[in-house]
Amino acid sequence: MKDIQEERKTMKPDASTEREVVIDIKNLKKSFGKLDVLTNIHLKLYKGENLVVLGKSGTGKSVLIKCIVRLLDPDSGTIEVLGQEVSTMNNKDLENVRKKIGFLFQSGALYDSMTVKQNLEFPVNRIRKDLKGPVILQKIEEALANVGLPDALNTMPSELSGGMRKRISLARTIVVDPLIMLYDEPTTGLDPVTSDEISLLINEVQKKYKTSSIIITHDIECARATADRIIMLSEGEVYYEGTIEDFDNSTDPLISSFFKKQNHE
Amino acid sequence: MKNKYIILALNPVVKAKDIVSMQTVRLAEKVVEKKNIATLFFSDLGNRALFVARTTKEMFSRDFEFREFLRQCFEIGNKSFGLIAITGGIMGVVLTIQSRPALAEFGAVTMLPGMVALSIIREIGPVITALILAGKIGSGMGAELGSMKVTEQIDAMEVSATNPMRYLVVTRVLAATLMLPLLVLFADFFGILGSWIGVNIKGDVSFVLFISQAFTSIDFLDFLPALVKTFFFGAVIGFVGCYEGYNAGRGTESVGIAANSAVVVSSLLVIIVDLIAVQITDMML
Ligand SMILES: Nc1ncnc2c1ncn2[C@@H]1O[C@H](COP(=O)(O)OP(=O)(O)O)[C@@H](O)[C@H]1O
Ligand SMILES: [Mg+2]
Repeated sequence: MKDIQEERKTMKPDASTEREVVIDIKNLKKSFGKLDVLTNIHLKLYKGENLVVLGKSGTGKSVLIKCIVRLLDPDSGTIEVLGQEVSTMNNKDLENVRKKIGFLFQSGALYDSMTVKQNLEFPVNRIRKDLKGPVILQKIEEALANVGLPDALNTMPSELSGGMRKRISLARTIVVDPLIMLYDEPTTGLDPVTSDEISLLINEVQKKYKTSSIIITHDIECARATADRIIMLSEGEVYYEGTIEDFDNSTDPLISSFFKKQNHE
Repeated sequence: MKNKYIILALNPVVKAKDIVSMQTVRLAEKVVEKKNIATLFFSDLGNRALFVARTTKEMFSRDFEFREFLRQCFEIGNKSFGLIAITGGIMGVVLTIQSRPALAEFGAVTMLPGMVALSIIREIGPVITALILAGKIGSGMGAELGSMKVTEQIDAMEVSATNPMRYLVVTRVLAATLMLPLLVLFADFFGILGSWIGVNIKGDVSFVLFISQAFTSIDFLDFLPALVKTFFFGAVIGFVGCYEGYNAGRGTESVGIAANSAVVVSSLLVIIVDLIAVQITDMML
C-alpha cells in the first residue's frame, strides 16, 4: 500500500499551472419523490486528475455520477462535460458525450449472455465505428492484457470471480479510449488484496490512457491509493474537500469517525 | 439469490399461489405509496400504453438491430419447439379419444377427423401455444430484462451509445410476434398428427384418408382469423414480458416479481384477446 501512495506523490500534476476543467457541476439537485438525495452539489473535475468522492452508502454517490451521463435527469443545476451542458442537450449530442466517458458500474454490469470477447466488442462496434475487424480484435486483446487477463477472451462472465469481473468490466470501458472515467465503487465487495490490485489498475489507466477520473468509494484504502483530491459528501452536499493529508489531519468528528472506523476494520 | 429467481421464473408452471401472493405484496406496497387504487390502476395502464407507443416508434427507426432480432427468433423457436410439439401431439390424441363416443352415438365417426382438426386449428392450437409461450417466453423475457435492469446492464448499454429499447425490447417484441404464428402452425401439425394416432387407436384409417377427411370441413376462412390472432398473441407476450422486465424495481427480488407478472398478465391478456378475436370473427362471418 505504501508503495502505491509514494508512487502517486511523484506523479501529482503541477498545481501552479492553469488547469483545464473537464466536468463542472453547479447547484446540482436530485430527489426521488419525497427523498432529497442531492440538495446542492458543486464539483469540478480537472484534466488528468483522480478525484475521489467519499460518502456513506445511500448518500447519493451513484446518483451523482449517473446524473453526469444522464442516466438520471437532475431536478435542477448545471452539469458541464468538456464545456457542454449535459442536462439540456439533445440525444445526438448526449450520445457523443457518452462516447467520451467510460462508466465502471458498481456491479460490473457485464452482459451475462455474452462471452468476454462479445462484451468488449459491444461498445467498440457502437462507439468506434471507424475501426475494422483485425484492429478491433487487437484493441480488445490489448485492453484485456492491460487489466491482466489476456486469456479471458472466450469465457462467460458467470465463470469469473468478482475481482475478474471488475477487471473485465474495466477493460470494456477502456477499450474505447474514454477521456473521462467514472468509477462506481470499484473495490466494494472485493478482498483487500484484489482491492489493491484494482486501485493499481485505476492508476495505470490514468497514466496510460491519460484519463480524468471520478472514483466513488467508501473504501479509504482505495482513496489513499488513487486520490489526487478527495471530496466528501454528506446529506446531499459537499461536506469537505482536500487532499488525503487534509482528511487524515482533520479533527472534524464526521471525517475522523469515517477514517478511524475504516482503519480499524 | 438471482439464480433462484431465474429458475423459478423459467419454470413454465409457476405456482399460482406464489404469483398471487407476490402480486398482492406489490400492489400493497404501491397502495401504501400512493394511497389511491384507481390512480394506481390508470397510471399503470398509462405506463403500459406509453411503453407500447415508445417501442412502436423505435421499431421504425433507422438502426434496426437485425442480428439481435435473429438471435431472439432462434432462441424463441429453439426453446419452445419441443414443448409445443409434445403438447400439440397430446392435445390431438386426447381430443380425438374424448370426442369419439359422442360422435359414435350419432353414427358420425367419419366426422371425427374434421371436427378435431377444426377445433385444433381454430382454437386449441393458437390458445394452448400462446399460453405455453406466455409461461416460457414471457417469463424468460421478464426475468432476463429484469436481471439486466437490476445489475445495471441496461444502463451499461445506454452509456455505450446503444438505445436499449431498440436493442432489447424491439427485437424481442418483433421476434415473439413473428415466431408465435410459426409455432402455432407446428402445434397444429402435431395436433393433427396426434389426432390421426388417436383415430387409429380404435380403428384403421390411413393417413391420406384421414387428412382428406380432416380438411374437407376446413376452408381458408377457418384458418385466416386463427392465424391473424396468433400475431396479436405474440405481440402481447412480447410487450408484457419486456414491460415487466424493463420496469423491474431495483432489488434482486424484483426479478422474480417481473417474471411472475409477465406470465400472469400475458396469459390473462391472451385469453382476453382471444375473446375479442372470436367476437370479431363471429360478426364478420
Ligand atoms: N432510481 C431510483 N429511484 C428511487 N430512488 C433511488 C434511485 N436511485 C437511487 N435512489 C435512492 O437514492 C439514495 C442514494 O442512492 P445511491 O446514489 O445509490 O447511494 P450510494 O451513495 O450508496 O451510491 C438511496 O436512498 C436510494 O434508495
Ligand atoms: Mg452506489
